[in-house]
Amino acid sequence: MSPRPDLLPALLGLFNFVLVVITATLLYLLFGPNLIDTYRNQPVAMEQNAYRPGSDDNTTEVGQDKVVDGIHLQTGLIYAEGFNIVRGTCTACHSAKLVTQNRATREGWMEMIRWMQAKQGLWDLGDNEPIILSYLAANYAPQETGRRSNLQVDEIEWYILEMN
Amino acid sequence: MPDKKVTGLHELYEKDPIEADKLLWGRTSDPVSRRGFLQKSALTALSLALGSKMVFAENFPAGMIPAGLAHSDLPFSLPGKRAGLVVLNDKPINAETPPDLLNDLLTPNDLFFVRNNGIPPENIDVSSWTITIEGESANQKKTYSLADLKSKFENVTYNLTLECGGNGRAEFTPPAKGNQWSTGAVGCAAWTGVRLKDVLEDAGVKSNAVYIAYYGKDTHLSGEAGKVVISRGVPIAKAMEDESLIAWAMNGKNIPVLNGYPLRLVFGGFPASCSGKWLAKIVIRDRVHDGPKMTGQSYRVPCKPVAPGTKVPDDEMCIIEKMPVKSLITFPKTGAIFEKKNQLAIQGKAWTSATKIDQVDYSIDFGSTWSKCTLKAAKNRYSWQAFSADISFPETGYYEVWVRATDSEGKAQPMLLPGWNPRGYLNNACHRIAIKVS
Repeated sequence: MSPRPDLLPALLGLFNFVLVVITATLLYLLFGPNLIDTYRNQPVAMEQNAYRPGSDDNTTEVGQDKVVDGIHLQTGLIYAEGFNIVRGTCTACHSAKLVTQNRATREGWMEMIRWMQAKQGLWDLGDNEPIILSYLAANYAPQETGRRSNLQVDEIEWYILEMN
Repeated sequence: MPDKKVTGLHELYEKDPIEADKLLWGRTSDPVSRRGFLQKSALTALSLALGSKMVFAENFPAGMIPAGLAHSDLPFSLPGKRAGLVVLNDKPINAETPPDLLNDLLTPNDLFFVRNNGIPPENIDVSSWTITIEGESANQKKTYSLADLKSKFENVTYNLTLECGGNGRAEFTPPAKGNQWSTGAVGCAAWTGVRLKDVLEDAGVKSNAVYIAYYGKDTHLSGEAGKVVISRGVPIAKAMEDESLIAWAMNGKNIPVLNGYPLRLVFGGFPASCSGKWLAKIVIRDRVHDGPKMTGQSYRVPCKPVAPGTKVPDDEMCIIEKMPVKSLITFPKTGAIFEKKNQLAIQGKAWTSATKIDQVDYSIDFGSTWSKCTLKAAKNRYSWQAFSADISFPETGYYEVWVRATDSEGKAQPMLLPGWNPRGYLNNACHRIAIKVS
């Protein structure tokens, strides 16, 4: 039995509506979390190249958001699990150099976070805290150098000293 | 030094690019393709100089200066500062001076290290700048304009060394948090201003005065208005010394903005953090000052020695006052290669919070034997002193030149790291440079 002709437009409309809902749901499942992230108020990472010796405007443009040999060029941070959260959280207030030049155990990094929370107005990191701590402890762990290390002979720029 | 010349990177490449590669980086290139064949150590050296790893290094043409290094001739973007400073942190700005750039008797303004805790003030109007003296132990609250200071009190100039309490922190293990200064958070300049004691006495100091403290016009990194960035100070006895200044000039010029323009305190021999910048207020306290970075663990070391890595509670940490005896080899730069027939003429600077440096010695055999350097007297207390020595080398090979200063209190620099402390202060272990005699 064929439907009454006056019901056809209504059924077509319903069908279209269902199709749109399904498509929207699928799109949300695919891209939803990313889209929400885009609109979320995120800390803005500061320009890192402004004061780096040897940098100029060209290198700033070229260097943005490139990862070379596991190092994120703009910040100098190691590009590893947790990078985005570390970058977004830490460089909101201070230079990434303050991270990259320091070394500590997980406990030591936690003490620094507690100190920043007590003295510098750092917010409660919530679920991000263990992610940040794991990133820091894994990528910026202390190295034992004893009472004094060798001069880093490989790092020295050897040059000819002219004497006349 | 007119009779000594350091060959620059560009000059070296101009002369013989292939040889320069080999000398500088240990890099030899494939004779057919003329592409650089990099040994692992050479690649490490190159990468470290560039501050990052080099990709496709095997394709890098022989005899070319890597772009990251070629750019080092470009003007530096720290306001009022020259290229060559090593930037440790750009928010807040912290930058240190490599030892070979500290060879001048007075450190030029554009090479003086920067240790900022917050953001320097902007749009500074010198004509309306004032400084206020107040506090529990001040007889009255009194405000002076910059012109008042200049006209009302005797103007004096002293050569004073400023060194950050954390200079040398990078060497401590277990590592201490904070800016990882190597050797360059130090400089000595001719500071012109008025004696702090003259100004304090003009306002009136009560007999119960214990400490003076500063407040500056920098702003907190968080941007929170009114949040004090740092407020430290010194015991009243230090404040009353002849060489303790409220200064407006550095080497006869305006103080660079990053170093405290237009007005700052200068206390030689104490951690530089006591010498407040962008000075707006001095408080005469009837107790030890308790402003930000005076308390807790900041600028404090354990009252009693502890083993490396020990956790020390706040109430067992004591304020750092006097800085230890220390020295740097400022010529040549580490990495010099020269022929055995030549004597190496080293130069350096030595400083202390004691009355003066009595002696500086050098060793080329890892501390086994020491020889005296020629030492010059300082113009005044708390200035660094220049030293020099001509060194002959018995064989060709790799050497380290070590230098050790001894002050008038009989204290000398250790060869190993001094006492570990949680925040990594007061490392005065002797400076070392590497050289090769060919």
